[in-house]
Amino acid sequence: MEQLKNIGRELAIGSQGSSKEFLELVKAIGEAKSKAEEERLVMEEIEMLKKKIVEPDVPRKRMKEYIVRLVYVEMLGHDASFGYIQAVKMTHDDNLLLKRTGYLAVTLFLNEDHDLIILIINTIQKDLRSDNYLVCCAALTAVCKLINEETIPAVLPQVVELLGHQKEAVRKKAVMALHRFHQRSPATVADVISKLSMKIMHDVDPSVMSACLCVLFDLISADANSYRHLTNSYVCILKQVVEHRLPKQYNYHNAPAPFIQIKLLKILALLGTGDKGASNNMYNVLGDVLKKAEPSGNIGNALIYECISTITAIHPNSKLLESAAAQTSRFLKSESHNLKYMGIDALGRIIKINPDFAEEHQLAVIDCLEDPDDTLKRKTLELLYKMTKSSNVEVIVDRMICYMKTLTDSHYKTDIASRCIELAERFAPSNQWFIQTMNQVFEHAGDLVPPKVAHDLMRLIAEGAGEEDEDADSELRSSAVESYLQILVEPKLPSLLLQVICWVLGEYGTADGTHSAAYIIERLCDVAEAHPGDDVVKGYAISAITKVCSFEIAAGKKVHLIPECQAFIDELSASHSTDLQQRAYELQALFAFDSSVVGAVLPFDGSADDIEVDQSLPFLNHYVKSMLSKGAKPYIPANERQAATTLASQHVESYVSSHSLRFDPYEKPQMPIMALTPVTTLQSDDQSIDISQKATQVFQPSFDADTPSSEATRLRLEGVQRKWGRPSYNNNSASSSAGAERSTNGASNGLDIEKASGGKQGIVPQEPKYVSDRNKQPEISAEKQKLAASLFGGVTSKADSSVRSSGRSQKQASTNRHVGTAKRMQTVDPVDSRAQASLPAATAPPDLLDFGEEEVAIAASSKDPMKDLEGLFDNTGSVPSSQPTAPVTNLPNIDLMSLYDSDLGLGSGLVSSIRVPDMIPENLPNNDSGDRLTVLDGLVTTSGAVAGPKVQGETSASSAIKKGPSLESSLEKHARSRQVGVTPTGPHPDLFKDLLK
Amino acid sequence: MIHFVLLISRQGKVRLTKWYSPYTQKERQKVIRELSGLILTRGPKLCNFVEWRGLKVVYKRYASLYFCMCIGAEDNELECLEIIHHYVEILDRYFGNVCELDLIFNFHKAYYILDEVLLAGELQETSKKSVARVIAAQDTLVENAKEQANSLTNIISQATK
Repeated sequence: MEQLKNIGRELAIGSQGSSKEFLELVKAIGEAKSKAEEERLVMEEIEMLKKKIVEPDVPRKRMKEYIVRLVYVEMLGHDASFGYIQAVKMTHDDNLLLKRTGYLAVTLFLNEDHDLIILIINTIQKDLRSDNYLVCCAALTAVCKLINEETIPAVLPQVVELLGHQKEAVRKKAVMALHRFHQRSPATVADVISKLSMKIMHDVDPSVMSACLCVLFDLISADANSYRHLTNSYVCILKQVVEHRLPKQYNYHNAPAPFIQIKLLKILALLGTGDKGASNNMYNVLGDVLKKAEPSGNIGNALIYECISTITAIHPNSKLLESAAAQTSRFLKSESHNLKYMGIDALGRIIKINPDFAEEHQLAVIDCLEDPDDTLKRKTLELLYKMTKSSNVEVIVDRMICYMKTLTDSHYKTDIASRCIELAERFAPSNQWFIQTMNQVFEHAGDLVPPKVAHDLMRLIAEGAGEEDEDADSELRSSAVESYLQILVEPKLPSLLLQVICWVLGEYGTADGTHSAAYIIERLCDVAEAHPGDDVVKGYAISAITKVCSFEIAAGKKVHLIPECQAFIDELSASHSTDLQQRAYELQALFAFDSSVVGAVLPFDGSADDIEVDQSLPFLNHYVKSMLSKGAKPYIPANERQAATTLASQHVESYVSSHSLRFDPYEKPQMPIMALTPVTTLQSDDQSIDISQKATQVFQPSFDADTPSSEATRLRLEGVQRKWGRPSYNNNSASSSAGAERSTNGASNGLDIEKASGGKQGIVPQEPKYVSDRNKQPEISAEKQKLAASLFGGVTSKADSSVRSSGRSQKQASTNRHVGTAKRMQTVDPVDSRAQASLPAATAPPDLLDFGEEEVAIAASSKDPMKDLEGLFDNTGSVPSSQPTAPVTNLPNIDLMSLYDSDLGLGSGLVSSIRVPDMIPENLPNNDSGDRLTVLDGLVTTSGAVAGPKVQGETSASSAIKKGPSLESSLEKHARSRQVGVTPTGPHPDLFKDLLK
Repeated sequence: MIHFVLLISRQGKVRLTKWYSPYTQKERQKVIRELSGLILTRGPKLCNFVEWRGLKVVYKRYASLYFCMCIGAEDNELECLEIIHHYVEILDRYFGNVCELDLIFNFHKAYYILDEVLLAGELQETSKKSVARVIAAQDTLVENAKEQANSLTNIISQATK
């Protein structure tokens, strides 16, 4: 019987114009046993079609069938682009049947940016003017799919004209076309829509009106205020719809035009948000919709859900909220998974207004969380995320991490990992918990977490609770070390976690004395060995080893490197990465020093100390002076340099010609070397008192002692090396020149120099990092802000955060002041004076340091408005006092960015390093590091002749420069203020209570 | 807004695809593969929604055919479920007790009907009657051969009753 029916159907189909071959194909594919067989059949079909469609004089009906077959082939996932042009041709046909097939094919084949569309525009224009409304309809359908921003003007006049067409089907499609245009490019159709929206809205045909609601929804979501006056007419329409005023044919399963109702409810939700008056007008009709919706059918529930969404979006009304809550309970108690899902979503909306409502449904929520249905579980986790508080954060994050472990889909994993991090950062009850949670997140989703999170974690471990309680801090550190040593046993850890582990082990591995240095070093070597391809991890590992060794040396103990470690160092010394090489050499150099020097170079727990950078590098003034007196060119700032290039090259040539051993044809202009030596500071900073005067004094005799000729030669040699080798080899040349020193001046001297260069490197490169960090901050904060805002309604939280941040920065300013005053007068900087000018209203004379802190504080606090909000609720008393400073603190934020812009070029490659500048291996662009190293080489060679003890003095001076208030301390403040939003809680024995209190 | 519509058979064969948001051919294949893996494996009592790449896919199974629609995060899932049903009802009315075979051999008809129900990713017509009217008007243009064939089907179906 069935078969006979099928035969009948096939007969019917066959006679509709599809040929027997095609039916055979479809059948064969349907019966194909394997994917491969299907593939073969389709490939054969494609080959056949390729030949057939290019044949001359294919009858048009035949061509139509070919095109249908092309559509079929493409639907099965194969490329039919060879036939696109035939489909385009078919749209030109006069026969409507063929034309429709052509339009259908092009709408399926082509995206709106396809090149062939230009060939269809003309046809569409013609068809839009056609007398036959079916032709118009076909053309409008194509318009909706194929017209992009550029081609809108070509068809817009015709489409607008069709809005007045006598057939409602055409009017409706024309409205939808306008809707599409509006989505593509609101500007092009703005006038048309504003003029016509009222007219279309009052169209007699419900279909046209319904189509119009799509357009209006878009318009209103873009700008609700200009449509608020229409609220009443929408309420009126909705009322009529609910009262069955529309023709019967719009009913759907006995519900009166439910799709139109839903559209209207969505619009009302937009209009009523934050508008009490408009909301008042809606209450009645919303009650009606809720009452009349049939709770037994699916569509009735769809209506009810939409009603709940609207009720929770508009200005709250207790009676409506009550019935919304009742309906939500019904959803949650339902057997149907679909309704449960909707119920969870609705619950999330209601608890935004009334958090207590969740309590009633704790069991239902837990059920959903335990449900085998993945979709339901995710939705429930999303709900939990929304209702997280400091009292239930541990349970919720634990749940999320458990679920995250089971995931394979990286898209959702990233999502949930970032949620875990966010919740942990916001509500962490203790630092220990925070560290453990972060470890888990890293372990399971390490590659999906932004590096910033890792730096935050390191900072937290380094700075502890931020209070003076050193014991608690060291306890925290030892527990971190313990947990990391345990984690290290596991294979396949993500790179980011390994970086954190290496850093922590390096800093604090030996701090509490439980683990010997040898043990820690061994573990670090294991890490590096297990990840041969990861240069960043290696860099962290070698630096950690350096630190462990230096702590040992500083403590007066002898360090015996185990063979593995020696092998590791040797490997890195020969590494292709200059960064790793340098770190390896630095480690080797350390062994030559006695404990006092090493202790000064790498003090224990030095990461939390601040590094002060004097941008003008005044300790080089004497060097600059002496070079100038020898005829070197004065420094030209980067922006003026371009113009002077031609002139400069001539200079170089003349300079060069005075020496015999030059490789003129290959000579690079010496600009980079000279340029990075800040000669400009000569005039402005001569009189300034600078921190590193000691260092300058060290330099001075060295130049005097050095004969001009030898120094010049050595400098030049740098140039030659640089020219022949890759830029990154400069480091090599530095060490080799140091090695040469050693042979002449004795071993210790050479090493001293090496170390001195290391010390310098510690200072010089940090400056760009510092700058780049500043430039990076706002970007992150904006992102975070968006996330938080989208979750909790941006307006209020943003306002609060700005108030709050100003309060915090004021607090900071006062705490910094006593730290900063000592240094403040010393750093006279061009940036400073400019900033001062831009800040007339400042209460205290601002300087560079205070500036940095305020800005960082603002950026940091704006990162997470909700956190601040939390704090705000805790101590509301502090708000009013801090308000007056708000405008003041916001000012420099803007200005400073522009000031730093000029430095961008230097620091753009160094974005990744923030808190632990001396630790992070930078993935510098080659030329950048080349330039930097050139400066350093210059330092090495010039200090080459310095006598041993003096270098030692300089080293300590350079480490002294490291101290002082800066970015580090401000970040510490940030960490401390993070604690404000945290309320530590006791243990949580009862799961339900935790979740739902 | 509806981003795309997919009809997939229980065996994972594609019966109809309509894309309202731009996807390249490569992306389309990836989407279909991903979603058929996701949807076809779900049990019968689970909910008809799947969260996917920040969007939601609503699906419903009719006999051996899965109708899937991908909607935005803010859209109403239950409504979308009813849009699917609305489309199926119209197909049913048009083909007369529609079955998968109808859609396999007449997929272009299914496309035409879909074009009357959805336009630019939005539901454009909520009245089944209006859709039927437009489709009928289009079909009168088709040659007489079809009418004959229809009567032939009727004869056969009557004979088999």
